[in-house]
Parts: sequence; C-alpha cells; structure tokens
Amino acid sequence: MANGFLIVLNFISQRRMVLLLAILSLLILPWCIGAVGGNYWVRVLDFALLYVVLALGLNVVVGFAGLLDLGFIAFYALGAYTFALLASPHLTQSFTAIAALFPAGLHSPIWLACLIGALLAATFGIILGVPTLKLRGDYLAIVTLGFGEIIRIFLNNLDRPINLTNGPKGIRAIDSIELFGISFAKSLDLGLIQVPALYLIFYLFLFLACLATVICMRLQNSRIGRAWVAIREDEVAAQAMGINTRNMKLLAFAIGASFAGVAGVLFAGFQGFVSPESFTLWESIVVLAMVVLGGIGHIPGVILGAILLAIFPEVLRGVVQPIQHALFGQVIVDAEILRQLIYGLALILIMLYRPKGIWQKRGASTS
Amino acid sequence: MNTLLDVANVSKFFGGVHALDNVGLNVPTGSIVGLIGPNGAGKTTFFNVITGLYPAESGQFQFNGKNYLPHSIAQVTQAGIARTFQNIRLFGAMTALENVMVGCHCRSHTGVFGAVMRTNRVQREERDIREKSFALLHYVGLGEFADHTAINLSYGHQRRLEIARALATDPLLLALDEPAAGMNATEKLDLRELLLKIRGDGKTILLIEHDVSLVMGICDSLTVLDYGKTIAVGSPREVRNNPEVIRAYLGNG
Repeated sequence: MANGFLIVLNFISQRRMVLLLAILSLLILPWCIGAVGGNYWVRVLDFALLYVVLALGLNVVVGFAGLLDLGFIAFYALGAYTFALLASPHLTQSFTAIAALFPAGLHSPIWLACLIGALLAATFGIILGVPTLKLRGDYLAIVTLGFGEIIRIFLNNLDRPINLTNGPKGIRAIDSIELFGISFAKSLDLGLIQVPALYLIFYLFLFLACLATVICMRLQNSRIGRAWVAIREDEVAAQAMGINTRNMKLLAFAIGASFAGVAGVLFAGFQGFVSPESFTLWESIVVLAMVVLGGIGHIPGVILGAILLAIFPEVLRGVVQPIQHALFGQVIVDAEILRQLIYGLALILIMLYRPKGIWQKRGASTS
Repeated sequence: MNTLLDVANVSKFFGGVHALDNVGLNVPTGSIVGLIGPNGAGKTTFFNVITGLYPAESGQFQFNGKNYLPHSIAQVTQAGIARTFQNIRLFGAMTALENVMVGCHCRSHTGVFGAVMRTNRVQREERDIREKSFALLHYVGLGEFADHTAINLSYGHQRRLEIARALATDPLLLALDEPAAGMNATEKLDLRELLLKIRGDGKTILLIEHDVSLVMGICDSLTVLDYGKTIAVGSPREVRNNPEVIRAYLGNG
C-alpha cells in the first residue's frame, strides 16, 4: 500500500521533472540559438512559433472538422492589417477626419488589436463558412482558395478611390509590440542580464503558441471536438446524433480564423510593415502542408510540422551552397532553385512514407 | 396502449417514381414494430422520410403526442427518434467509446467557452458522458472493445456499436434499418436477445428487416410495403397468412 503510494508519487514527480526540464530548455533556447547562429536564427525561431499558431488554427478547420481550406492565410492578413491600420500613421495621414479625431495619432494597444483582429477574422470565417456549408473536399477547396485571393486582391487595390490599405506599397511604421509597459522592440534590462528584443518576442510568441495548444487540446477532448471529428468522418451520421452540423462547421471556421487573426496582429507588430505580398496562395499552401505533413488532426504532429517546415527552408538556405562547393568545387545549381527542389522532394518523400504525417496519432490505422 | 409514433399519408416522389404512396405507420409505446417488404418496396425511403433525411411531399407526423415535421435529422434525433443505417455509418477513425460519446452530444451542453475553461460543471458532464458511454458499450456487449478503432471492429460488432451510439441519444424510439443484414446465425440470435432486452428496458423499436424469422419472432406488429404502398398491417401471424403478402413475396404462381 505504502509502496504503491510511493510509486505514484515518484511517477508524478517524474512527470513534473520532465515538464520542468521542457520549460527550462524552452526558456534558454533563444540564448543557445542566439549564441550559435546569431539573431538571424532567433528570428527564424520567432516566425516558427507564429506558424505554430497558424497551423493549429488551420488544424481546427482541416484536421478536426475535415473542411479543406486553401485560403486560410486571408485571416492572417485580416489580423495583420487590423493592427497595421490601428497602430500606424497611415489612417491619420489618409483621412483628415481621423486625424482630427486622434491628434496624437492612432496607437491601439496590442491586446485590443488582438481582440479586434480575432473577432474580425472570426466574422470573416463565418462569412466564408455560410455559403460553403454544403460543399466538401475539392469543391470547398476551390471556394476557399478564391476567398483567399479575393482578400489579397482587395488589400492590393484598396488604395483607390479611398486609400484604406495603401495598395501594393503596404503599410509601414507600424507600432512595435508593447505589453504591460514592456517594449518588445528594444532589449529589456533586468539588471544582471540584458534580454534582447528578439528573445522577448520569442517568449511572447512561445506563450501564445502554448495558449493556442492548450485551447486546441481542450477543444479536441470535449463535446465540441468530438462533434467536429464526427462531421469529418460522416456528416449524415453526425446529424443523426443530433449534432447541428451547420453551427459546428461555422464554429470551426470562426475559431480557426481567430487563431490566424491573432497571429496576424502579432506579425504586423513584429515586422512593423505589412504588404499584400505576405499573404499569397503560397503561404496558405505552406500552412496546409505543415498540418498535413506533421499529422493532420493530431496536435503534437501539427506543432512539429509547423516548426520543421518553418525552419527547414532556412537550414537549406544555409547549407545548399557550401555543400555544392565542398562536393564539386563550384556552384552547379543556383541555391534558391535547389532549395525549392529539395523542399518539394522532402514533402513528396514524407507523404510517400508517412502518409498520415510524421507524428501520427497513436493507434491510427494505416489503411 | 399509447401511440408513440403515428405517421399517416406519407407520399414521396423521386422524379416520376412514386416511391411512397400514402403510407402510414403506427408504433405503440413499448412495442417492437416491423416494417417489411420485398426489395425496392420503399422501406428505407419511408425510414429516411420519418427521420428527416428526405423531405416528404405530404404526410402527417405525430411523435409522443406532438406534431413534428421531419425537416432535419438532428431535430428528429433531439425529439427522441434515434436511427441506425442500413450501410453502417460509424465514425471510422474514432474508438468505439468515442463513437458512443458522440451520441451523447444532443443531451449535453458544453460550449466553446466551457470546453476551453474546463469548469467544474464541464468536467462533471464529461465524466458523466464517459461513464454513460462505457455503460452502453457493456450493455450491447462491447465493453472490452472500448479502445478499438471503430473501423477495425468486426461487422457484427459494428452493428451493435451503431445501436449503442443510437441509444446514447436517449431516444424514446429506436429505429433500426436492417440491423441483421450480413450477420451469421449466432450473431442474429444475439441481436434478437439485445433487441428484446432494449424493449424490456422501456424503449420502443421500429425495425426494418429482411430476415423473416427474426421479424416474425420478436415483432408485436408488422407493416408490409410493396411498390410504395401499404399492403398489410397486423400481427406476424395475420400477415403471414395474408394473400397479398404472399403474392408480393412469391409472385402470383
């Protein structure tokens, strides 16, 4: 009896130890990466975390509810432009009325922008969802693809007749992220150590990614998550269980989109500049590839997929040229082309050998 | 005996085909009612109409003393009619337990906010769902298969799992579309036991079935369809001797 209790206690503390170690290693990760690879790689890491949030959001739509969405990046764009408009001189310069209203300029706090961005993206998610409720698979993919392009083209052309988005030139001079009086644009002096801005961003995005993960996991293991998967597996049978499939699908669209909206707001604050170029179809496909490649519907797999696909191209960028030099003494194929070839080849190989993703669900049938 | 389901004058066309022509059905509370007929008689169409899968051209529908319009499957299920499908429609990638847990959906309330915050009330509901689902799996004899992926279960087990999942919606009426199809003799015997047990526990059952011995053995009354028309209603014994029924099944001879 007492022995069994000790074993249980030991087990708990072992799990705690693992968790503690994981947190600790994540906290020192930017310092290690920064020491080895410099700021460039910390920046790559920061973006990888944003992609984790994006991929988790898309996973709600594609992985859980089984609704193939090829225009997901549009919600990211909506979030990014939300912050760009609410925290840059653009609106006050274009519209005298707004300038009169805000003589000190528009400087929305980031949390407010996150809220607005999430709500706006969720609203657009529902707007996309309503007309596509009866569509599935490839038909849905085409409509969502069109939706993504419509948003991008609007952003690209809304500089006339009124200059709302500044067109292809994009919006610059966006406020940097500031939370609780801490600016994420300059290094933080903690007395003993200086924490560089990029590291601060890392911690912020890490927190956001963890929050997104927890929300996704809790949703998945709930009545809502089960209803989504039921719809994915068999919509008619799901209805026969009394599930209101219309509402559940719209909910999936709205929640997935709000993740992307928040990620977009932070992207704009991090970059200080947004333009329609960042939100092309290619970006939608990359995020979808993260979800599918990592393990569709399986949260740890999706996170892994996002990190791998965000970092892999950058690794290739660094190694393709030196390897050619070492092997052949000269550069035979242009690095940028070779990089994309290898990237594509890697995707094909993974899908051939791990059709359900790199990190698939335990017990998932391979049929 | 009270009438649980009372359907009258249901008509349904598919293009020019008169799939159902003024068909009616009366299911008394606590009984097992069979709906039989040769292939293509309109049994499944009728089933799909009363459960809201197809809209009917006309018909009066009463369930549990109230009028209802079978316009959406989900609403029909919420009203208390749960169905299974002729071609099994389980959630293949989910485990047996999860399949039954989905069935609890329409009798539970957790929303997005609750699921994310995981309040005490939500945790309690989740635990109740899990316990109820386990109990239902044991009830249909699938207790040991709770963790098996639905698609990996044997055919007979999948049929039982569909019944457990339907029961999870707390139905007053359980509507089974050919539950014995593809079963071997032992499985059919087990199924018969299960259906009698479900009836014994106060549920009412509407059954479409091809297997004559099963239907004759357990049904309290039968309705026979042929070419979209009701040709006979009565106890199994009456129906068996009805010349119309014999003609429909065996031809004019």
